[in-house]
Amino acid sequence: MMSNHIKLMQGNEACVEGAIAAGMRFFAGYPITPSTEIAEISAQRLPRVGGKFIQMEDEIGSMAAVIGASLTGLKAMTATSGPGFSLKQENIGYAAIAEVPCVIINVQRGGPSTGLPTSPAQGDIMQAKWGTHGDHPVIALSPSSVRETFDLTIKAFNYAEKYRVPVIMLMDEVIGHMREKVEIPNREDLEVIDRKKPTSGLVDYKPYRIEDGELVPPMAEYGGEYRFHVTGLVHDETGFPSNTPKVAESLIKRLIKKIDDNKKDIFLYEEYKLEDAEIALISFGSTARSAKSAVDMARAEGIKVGLFRPITIWPFLDTEIEQLAKKVNKIITVEMNLGQYAIEVERKACKYAHVDKYGKLNGELITPDEILKKIKEV
Amino acid sequence: MSNQYEIRLSGAGGQGLILAGIILAEAAIKDGKNAVQTQSYGPEARGGASKSEVIISNKEINYPKVRKCDLLLALTQKACDEYIDSLKKDGILIVDNSVEVKRKDIKKFKLPVIETANEKLKVPMVANIVALGAICKASSIVTKDSLENAILNRVPRGTEDINKTAFEKGLNLINN
Repeated sequence: MMSNHIKLMQGNEACVEGAIAAGMRFFAGYPITPSTEIAEISAQRLPRVGGKFIQMEDEIGSMAAVIGASLTGLKAMTATSGPGFSLKQENIGYAAIAEVPCVIINVQRGGPSTGLPTSPAQGDIMQAKWGTHGDHPVIALSPSSVRETFDLTIKAFNYAEKYRVPVIMLMDEVIGHMREKVEIPNREDLEVIDRKKPTSGLVDYKPYRIEDGELVPPMAEYGGEYRFHVTGLVHDETGFPSNTPKVAESLIKRLIKKIDDNKKDIFLYEEYKLEDAEIALISFGSTARSAKSAVDMARAEGIKVGLFRPITIWPFLDTEIEQLAKKVNKIITVEMNLGQYAIEVERKACKYAHVDKYGKLNGELITPDEILKKIKEV
Repeated sequence: MSNQYEIRLSGAGGQGLILAGIILAEAAIKDGKNAVQTQSYGPEARGGASKSEVIISNKEINYPKVRKCDLLLALTQKACDEYIDSLKKDGILIVDNSVEVKRKDIKKFKLPVIETANEKLKVPMVANIVALGAICKASSIVTKDSLENAILNRVPRGTEDINKTAFEKGLNLINN
């Protein structure tokens, strides 16, 4: 017999279930393939848990609504794909500087522009980090299975709330649309983190005041008893704009530092058969599944290959990649683009190991056979 | 990978192939197996090429797409021509009887799937369920009970009877 917790579930559906389990009570979006099911299922599920769903006029409007909802104290999310992700960028920067927790799901498809609407790609790796202008913090995660989509959506909310940053989930069409057998954990077994609220008096309340030893200010909600100002301009601890060089530098540096100093907490990855590996594949999202199959195929032929699977894409797994490069002779990055993550890997690994890359962007998932062929080439 | 069974359902958009794939995968899970279902389709809602793939296994399934398939369903000539080479030797081919097939090294079932739905049941929409009946009989990859259960769980309320009949008709298209 099938238990109630075991079912066939789609990646996009698991994303919504994870979000609701994490406490999402607001979704604003503008539906786009291959992320549409996330909006559709959110529209069905949210009203039943006392939440709100709104279909906005466009993507940047959706991002603005998510920021607004989060400022009122709700956990808020939006979902999109490449073209919409481009349009959200300005407000992602707003969320970064104003330190508004929010989750942005990007179910990647072939680009640029409207590109290949129904086909998978992993071409938004760099955009997730640098899509919005200026130095800014961002966290990006990439799931490889339906169950992991559920788990990582919860983590995305947890990181957003804990560090007051926009968190981007880089899914892809394969993971978003794929259905597989999943076991959904019990609610009481899940770790859910909520934002820290202020405890200071109402009169001397400063919304961006940092306590000693802290990097993230506690957050009041609009409509509550604390009154505060929020802006996309550089601001001091009162939340009002400032042009002072000292204020500007310390704000932006703190925004970066709050992520940099917490990499240990944010770094997520999986290692597969790397113990004695001479060659390491580095792959994430759906292509990591192909890479895992390729590792097994190569091992069956006596080639010592393993897989390093980044789950956290940003911040970049710098120390881990360096460690890996010291252990193996060769690294092959495998991704559905022409080598975006590879640039970062090369930067950290080239001193210690030969870095090669395999990329594909014809709208088809990279196959294990293609990876095996590449392994034999290097 | 030998205990992994790969199924490709192909035809035109609107024929319910993605739903058929979902139902097959759910039946496999009811049988206690592991299953992954994927799909590919064009930007148009119906009429374009459509493909749904199911992998059933007793183990973890990594690469989620079908490579060489053990069973191919093709409801249109175009789909058959495109995917016939992906069928393994001695694999099972189920085609609509409107489809011409040259390959001989396979187990071929040429069946009136669309005709059964259109003429006998007068509900073109159930062609996918007729096909599932035929797949069940031809392959035994999922049990009849689990498949029937999965069908009844997925079809719209009020259409259980017609879908049950469609499933029976599909089973009966293949004689033992």
